[in-house]
Amino acid sequence: MKTKDLLISPIVKNNPIALQVLGICSALAVTSQMKQAIIMSVAVMFVTAFSSMAVSIIRNYIPNSIRIIVQMTVIASLVIVVDQILKAFVYDVAKQMSVFVGLIITNCIVMGRTEGFAMKNGPIASFLDGIGNGFGYGLILVAVSVIRELFGSGKLMGYSIMPLTTEGGWYQSNGLMLLPAISFFIIGSFIWLIRTFKPEQQEKE
Amino acid sequence: MLEELLSIFVTAIFVENLALSFLLGMCTFLAVSKKVDTALGLGIAVVVVQAITVPANNLVYTYLLKEGALTWAGLPDVDLSFLGLISYIGVVAAMVQILEMVLDKFVPALYNALGIFLPLITVNCAIMGGSLFMVERGYNFSQSVVYGIGSGVGWALAIVALAGIREKMNYSDVPNGLKGLGITFITAGLMAIVFMAFAGIQL
Repeated sequence: MKTKDLLISPIVKNNPIALQVLGICSALAVTSQMKQAIIMSVAVMFVTAFSSMAVSIIRNYIPNSIRIIVQMTVIASLVIVVDQILKAFVYDVAKQMSVFVGLIITNCIVMGRTEGFAMKNGPIASFLDGIGNGFGYGLILVAVSVIRELFGSGKLMGYSIMPLTTEGGWYQSNGLMLLPAISFFIIGSFIWLIRTFKPEQQEKE
Repeated sequence: MLEELLSIFVTAIFVENLALSFLLGMCTFLAVSKKVDTALGLGIAVVVVQAITVPANNLVYTYLLKEGALTWAGLPDVDLSFLGLISYIGVVAAMVQILEMVLDKFVPALYNALGIFLPLITVNCAIMGGSLFMVERGYNFSQSVVYGIGSGVGWALAIVALAGIREKMNYSDVPNGLKGLGITFITAGLMAIVFMAFAGIQL
């Protein structure tokens, strides 16, 4: 595969959330604010890229029977690094995201890419594949969070876009958008949209 | 004491359902819910693993990782809590492996029934999430046992219910683009809203 394909194809054609059904937990839970979603996307991109690269470098030395544990250890170490960095520099956000930073370990995207791609390909290709998939994931995450934060509280990144009636503005906030459940509907609609324009992704009976 | 444990149990099943309130374990939740039988098998596996790993991680946290936990080893100043994530996932992976071997040896019927689901559980965020919530909320050992079982049962309940709905939905006329994954998302969303009805319950 070409470098360009590695980076571009996970964004729409082979999106980890919409098509591969990976990493949905965090996509649903941390999208009520755009800031959280961006931090989460960057964290996942970092972990996916570097774990893929690390696993790819040592892929010929990993005994097949314990490969899951080895991958898990690499991923867990990287997540600890991310967790400590977040706690040190953006403590408030890290606190709000509570367990979801730790849950990057079990985010299927990371594991799926190390197991499905990095075990068979070279370090540079794996690194780019990790960046691409992390970006495809982040794109959906940020898109969902824009919809939720804009219509839920009239803000983006914490700045007021549509002033709320409670603060003397004109926008009546939609509380439904702040509920975790709403992200199911938003992602469901995204999938519908993508599959309407790309009929080859539709599931057959 | 007993009331407190009961309250944790009921809260973990209904009010703070891992699948439908915290949206954890979604990958398997959406992928393995086509049939009620398989969903039930996976659900039981999750209950068993959750009931073992949450208390096990509680012990690891209390006696090895917490600040001052190593006093018994003569190291009162050591704080290893930053090693939490890697230890919990290690415990989960090891427990799943051991459980698999024990079941294979002593209860082959159950082993065959659970089959491929056991290894899958290692990467189920519901399991890891259960352990992380246990640490975040500072449960003690007996509370963690109850929380482990309760959250597992809650997750199993949710996936079996979703599988039931999806089996019925085979007969419905769904738009092409929504078939399969899309409509499952919408269904799960509606279920999550229904489960919010429990949120107001005070125990």
